[in-house]
Amino acid sequence: MRFVDEFREPGLISKAAEEIRRLAGTERHYRMMEVCGGHTHAIYRFGLKDILPENIELIHGPGCPVCVLPMGRIDDGLSIAQQSDVIFAAFGDMMRVPGTQGSPLEHKARGMDVRIVYSPSDALKLARLNPDKHVMFFAIGFETTAPSTALTMMRAKAEGIRNFSVFCNHVTIIPAIRAILDSPDMRLDAFIGPGHVSTVIGCRPYEWIAQNERKPIVVSGFEPLDMLQSIVMLLRQLKAGEARVENQYKRVVPWEGNRAALRAMAEVFQLRPYFEWRGLGFISQSALRINDKYAEWDAEQRFAVPGIRVTDPKAAQCGEVLKGVLKPHQCKLFGRECTPEHPIGALMVSSEGSCAAYHNYEHRKAAMVSLNSVA
Amino acid sequence: MSAPAAVLAESAPVRFRDPQIEMAHGAGGKASRKLVEGLFAPLLFGAAPGPLGDAAHVDINGTTVAITTDSFVVKPLSFPGGSIGELAVNGTVNDLAVSCARAEALVVTYVLEAGLSTQVLEAEVRAMAKAARDAGVRIAAGDTKVVEHGKADQMYVTTTGIGRLLPGVSIDPCSVRVGDKILLSGPIGDHGITILLARGELDFEADLRSDTRSVLSLVETLIHAAGPGIRWMRDPTRGGAATSLNELARDCGLGMVLFEDQIPVRNTVRGACELLGLDPLHIANEGQFLAVVSPEYADAAINALSLAPGGSEAQVIGEVREQPAGTVLVTTLYGGSRIVDMLVGDPLPRIC
Repeated sequence: MRFVDEFREPGLISKAAEEIRRLAGTERHYRMMEVCGGHTHAIYRFGLKDILPENIELIHGPGCPVCVLPMGRIDDGLSIAQQSDVIFAAFGDMMRVPGTQGSPLEHKARGMDVRIVYSPSDALKLARLNPDKHVMFFAIGFETTAPSTALTMMRAKAEGIRNFSVFCNHVTIIPAIRAILDSPDMRLDAFIGPGHVSTVIGCRPYEWIAQNERKPIVVSGFEPLDMLQSIVMLLRQLKAGEARVENQYKRVVPWEGNRAALRAMAEVFQLRPYFEWRGLGFISQSALRINDKYAEWDAEQRFAVPGIRVTDPKAAQCGEVLKGVLKPHQCKLFGRECTPEHPIGALMVSSEGSCAAYHNYEHRKAAMVSLNSVA
Repeated sequence: MSAPAAVLAESAPVRFRDPQIEMAHGAGGKASRKLVEGLFAPLLFGAAPGPLGDAAHVDINGTTVAITTDSFVVKPLSFPGGSIGELAVNGTVNDLAVSCARAEALVVTYVLEAGLSTQVLEAEVRAMAKAARDAGVRIAAGDTKVVEHGKADQMYVTTTGIGRLLPGVSIDPCSVRVGDKILLSGPIGDHGITILLARGELDFEADLRSDTRSVLSLVETLIHAAGPGIRWMRDPTRGGAATSLNELARDCGLGMVLFEDQIPVRNTVRGACELLGLDPLHIANEGQFLAVVSPEYADAAINALSLAPGGSEAQVIGEVREQPAGTVLVTTLYGGSRIVDMLVGDPLPRIC
């Protein structure tokens, strides 16, 4: 398959792995954070840990939009959809995320009209097809998905579709990285920068990390070869004592980002003064709300929202895992109370959450007598 | 769901604790297994039903027959490559085939929604008749129920099949040994992805057809070529190959190690899975089977299957190892590996 197989070619991959081993040497330990949940998923899916030397430690970052959404927001969204005649539409990732009264799928099993959509425009299509119902799109995601929400709202306005609204949970990546860097228990050497977010925001917004924090960052693609090449680029910078932003994912990410997408976001959204992140707490200017021009399509302005706040179960250590302080299996609930079938924390729900990725792909490997007998 | 002879006198405790039934309980993965093992098996099959196969063997006056049943609720009713009627015949014929039995007779139950067009019903009954002829099985009896409009989705079909055991083979997950080879009859994922696309919820199209077919003749070919070496067979329907192999790994306590580059997957299926964030190993099939064969019979098995009609893409996709015990592991050409668990929930696409 073109554009996939080239980046999984065994010969090139073993060359890259060899170069990583050569550069990493044995004297010191390297801690690199992959910010994006897609990268976390790829690391486990492709078994990249098996081919990296032991002194390269990958720390999973906060870049899984489902994982950082506080439970109260899910309850708020579902409370709107309790009203009759409301269709709750969301991406598949959201469907198994638990609220206090159960996940959207559990609400659907009890009779709520819950639909999985693959893009916000599908939700708008639902509104056109169901003029006697109100379709509320429960929007999540970083700058990756925010532009398509914005464009859909612009279309709803232009076409005068009034039985459609968006419950906006869009967040922005830079404040999350800043919060991670401000965390006192966090020691990182470098960042593997998010690929899809950067197709929208470009590479410039990361320059402060390189300049002020003196940490290299390489925006990376999602195939095994992409990620290994990014690690090579980071090691080269670290060896040379440099801290720059580099773009490994040039085939997709323009340095300046996607202007049209940014314009659409600016048309529809404005920054919230602060927003709660699961595990990270309140972060100022870290999320988007719908501006007053689009108030009519803003579910939070159209409906009474209870503003539910839910504290995570005490024993769950989602925050520590999210910040990379703990590995998934070091959480007290991991694999016992909290499993992909019965997730307590959102990190266990989305395939991009580090706990689910670790649980699905990795954790029983740790119990194996010898990996060598397998490979 | 089928088990050895029921032991109703001594029922085991119910362990199923989920408060309500959800779609995942019917998706063929972990939740389905929990429902069957935690609620149905203890109450219906008694304390120690043993591994649950695709069909049960029942002794009647000294003759052992295989019996199984399957319900079909597919939406849409027809899709590229097949339709509910064809599926209902092939599904039950295949459950019997991988349980080493040739389907002799089927009993059919229709649950119809008031308002269903007769034209649609007739087309499905014709499809069943044709599939039954192709598979060489007689439809011996049936029943019909009609429910009010809105209380069912057009039509549901249940088929129950009874089969005569094929000679020269006996399968049991506990007979699987380290070093055995894992065979797959052909490319995986065609059916599940075809249905996903046929629902029209995704704005993309692909040239893909369901793989629905009877696998009986391929199973017979395999038995003829490698009968004494066959340890286990299963048709990987809902939950996909990963779920079937996880069940086997658990039942025999050994590790199933798959070689990713040996698993046949069509490019269209791979592409759709890449886009939607799905694993082909979790996608449903309706015309393939998995078999575990002792190593000395593996070459003969593959040679015979490859020459048989519809078997040209059969492959050895992995082998049984001691470790990781009870687990399915996929290894890549470049030395990476990952655990592949049973399907959890319904396969839902990722967003980014």
